[in-house]
This record gives sequence, structure tokens and C-alpha cells, in this order.
Amino acid sequence: MGVVGFRHDVEAAIPALRRYARALTRETEAADDLVQDTLVRALRFEHLFNGGDVRSWLYTILTNLNRNRLRSLARRPTLTPIEDDDAPDMSGPEAGGRDIERALAALVEEQRAALLLVVLEGLTYREVAEIQGVPIGTVMSRLARARAQIRAYLDGERPTLRRVK
Amino acid sequence: MVDHDSPVTEDELHAFIDGELPADRRTAVEAWLATHAEDAARVAAWRLQMEMLRARYGGVASEPVPVRLALDRLPRRGHMWIGAAVAATIAAFLIGGLTGWLARGASAAAPSDYDIFAMDALEAHRLYVVEVRHPVEVPGTESAHLVQWLSKRVGYQLRAPDLDRIGLKLVGGRLLPGPTGAAAFFMYENAAGERFTIYSARANAPDTALRYHAGEQVGAFYWFDNDQAFAVSGMADRDKLHKVAAAAYEQIDTRSPGARRGS
Repeated sequence: MGVVGFRHDVEAAIPALRRYARALTRETEAADDLVQDTLVRALRFEHLFNGGDVRSWLYTILTNLNRNRLRSLARRPTLTPIEDDDAPDMSGPEAGGRDIERALAALVEEQRAALLLVVLEGLTYREVAEIQGVPIGTVMSRLARARAQIRAYLDGERPTLRRVK
Repeated sequence: MVDHDSPVTEDELHAFIDGELPADRRTAVEAWLATHAEDAARVAAWRLQMEMLRARYGGVASEPVPVRLALDRLPRRGHMWIGAAVAATIAAFLIGGLTGWLARGASAAAPSDYDIFAMDALEAHRLYVVEVRHPVEVPGTESAHLVQWLSKRVGYQLRAPDLDRIGLKLVGGRLLPGPTGAAAFFMYENAAGERFTIYSARANAPDTALRYHAGEQVGAFYWFDNDQAFAVSGMADRDKLHKVAAAAYEQIDTRSPGARRGS
């Protein structure tokens, strides 16, 4: 693939990367930081790209960078962002959005990434397995656990809805 | 081969809604759901989750892309890791000790740090590839133990890349002194007896792209990433060495061991 083709493919993937990063981090700034770092790295190591699917490669980089980010946040607990817990959820689409956001936040990172890559980004199980560097069976069990946990969260643990006066 | 009446598994239910189920099994799942209310409720709940996720985040992809993400305007290095880089530099400083630090010069960003690292790597390469009887301390047959031991000593998770694909077998590894503390050393060998080595240590310099450092009859491709430095050394056949370095990099960086952890 030529340089122009590579850059073009990277550029075309940016909107989808932003979507994935936003859902992965649930913070706009952190998400775009992550996308920026992904792009920097992709261009820096362009010569190592071995001609597969550029999009999958970018998802792989972003997924790994986010894991590093979470580790460094964990090492500095005082810098962990304070959760936005002020406004109580009412009903309607806003509440649904916040519910799914909180349900996502409660997942283990690998499960969250697997779920988002399949559901939001529309990747196949095989692609996700390659991105996460695990067998397909592991992707499926991550997916199953993520879905079971979100369902339990949405079904039973909606304290904000019960608080409605 | 496909049995249309066999019970539907949970995996199949997921594959069903994710469009991963073969067509000949899809009708079986549909029939199953018509008569199994609990599974039908599960599938409905998962579909609702999908809709909620897409409703919440789908629109992000249609937002205008911020200027700072334009490819022409990207910074040379990501900014997010500065905090971690500072912490790692301090750690390396403490591990390496004051003497070693001063001997290297106080400027962490000095380009010579790269050359020092590459020369250390080549020195180790030259010294050990000629060894016939004791090229390594721990043989490649004990790679799990080797990687665990060296990771502990260098202070970050290492990975001995699997280079089978390009005909290289892991001979083994050893612990060596590095620029600021311990360094890990892995040796690979092909069927022709050619040896390549990977040398890795903590680094205090900004990240780099893959660079080539030529020595006498030998060469090294090295890169600095997130305060870890890696060098892949071999005979000075640049194209061949690049192939090995690229294969090693691919596994060391984008498929680090953390990604392989089960959930």
C-alpha cells in the first residue's frame, strides 16, 4: 500500500475511532487524547504496518493505549476523575444514555472493549480476537459476561430511577 | 452436518444477534426463541443494550473531527503519557543510582542516549552470539520462567516474541547490565545458525520511531517507547534485520502480554 493510501485509510477511520474511544472512556477529552495518541503512533510506525486492515490495526493500538492509560490512572488514584454523579436521572432518552454509560463503566476493561468492538464498531468476533490477542472463545465469553452484567445493572440496579420523587 | 433440532447454546444466541451465526442455524434459533421465553427475554435485553449503546455513542462518528486530530497537525509525540513518563524517569533514576545517572549526562533528552543504548545492545550481541556452549543463562525451553524472571528484574512486563513465522527459534536469554539498571537479553537462531538478539532496558529518553544503528559488521534496529527501549541486533544485512525487528516490534508493542490476559 502506498503512503497516500495508508494516510487516507487512517484519516477515514478517525470518526469511528472517536466513537469507540468515547464509549471506552466515557470522557470526551480523554477519548480524543486517546485518538490523538493512536494517530501519532500509527504514523510513527507506519513502516511497520504489514498491509492488513488499517482500521483493525488502529483499533488494536487504541485498545492497548487505553489499557496503559488505565494502568497509569490506577497508579495515581488521586488523579482519577471524580464521577459525574450530581444530576439524578429522570426518564426519557437522557436517562437511558446515562444508564448505559454507568453500566459500561462497571465492566472490566477487556469485556467493555470486546462488547464495544462488536456492538458499536460492528467488527466480527475474529477481528476482535485479533485485536485483543486472544482466541475467539475468549472474546465470546467476554461478550457474554459484559451482556449479563449490563442486563443485571439495567434490570435491578437503577438506584437513580428509584430515587425519582 | 448441522442438526436443526439440537438445543441452542448461549454462544449461539450471541452469535445470532451479532450476525455471526451460519444461515442454516438461524432458523433453528428463531424457532427455539419462539418456545423458550427465558432465552427470548435475554435476547431482547441484549438487543435493547445494543440500541442504547448505539443511541448514546453512535452520533459521535458524525460529529466534526476536532482540528487537533488532523493528521497534518499531530504532535510528534502523544501527550497523555507525560505523567507516567516522569514517574518512570524518577523510578529509573532511583534504580540506576546517582552515579550511573551522572555518568550518562543529566540531559535525559540528549540524542546520545539512543546511541549509548544501541551500542550497549550491540556490545551484548557481539559478546554472546559467538558463544557456543553458554550463549544464554536460561534456555528457550523454559521461556515462561525466563520472561517472568527478566520482567521482574527490568521492572516491566517483557515478552519474548514468537518468531517462528520467520524461521527463528528462541535460544534463551540472560540478564545484563543496562544504561540505567538491569537489561533483558533474548537470543534467537534460525536453521542456518544465524543469531539475532533482542535487548531491552528502561530508558529516559523521548520515544522514537524505529532507527538503525550500524556497527562493525553488525547492526541494530532500536526504538524507545513509553520509557522502555528495545534493540534488535544481527548481522549488518539491513533488510533482513528490519524484517526481524518488524516482527518483534509487532508482538512487543501492539500485542503486549496484558492484551492476552483472560478476563
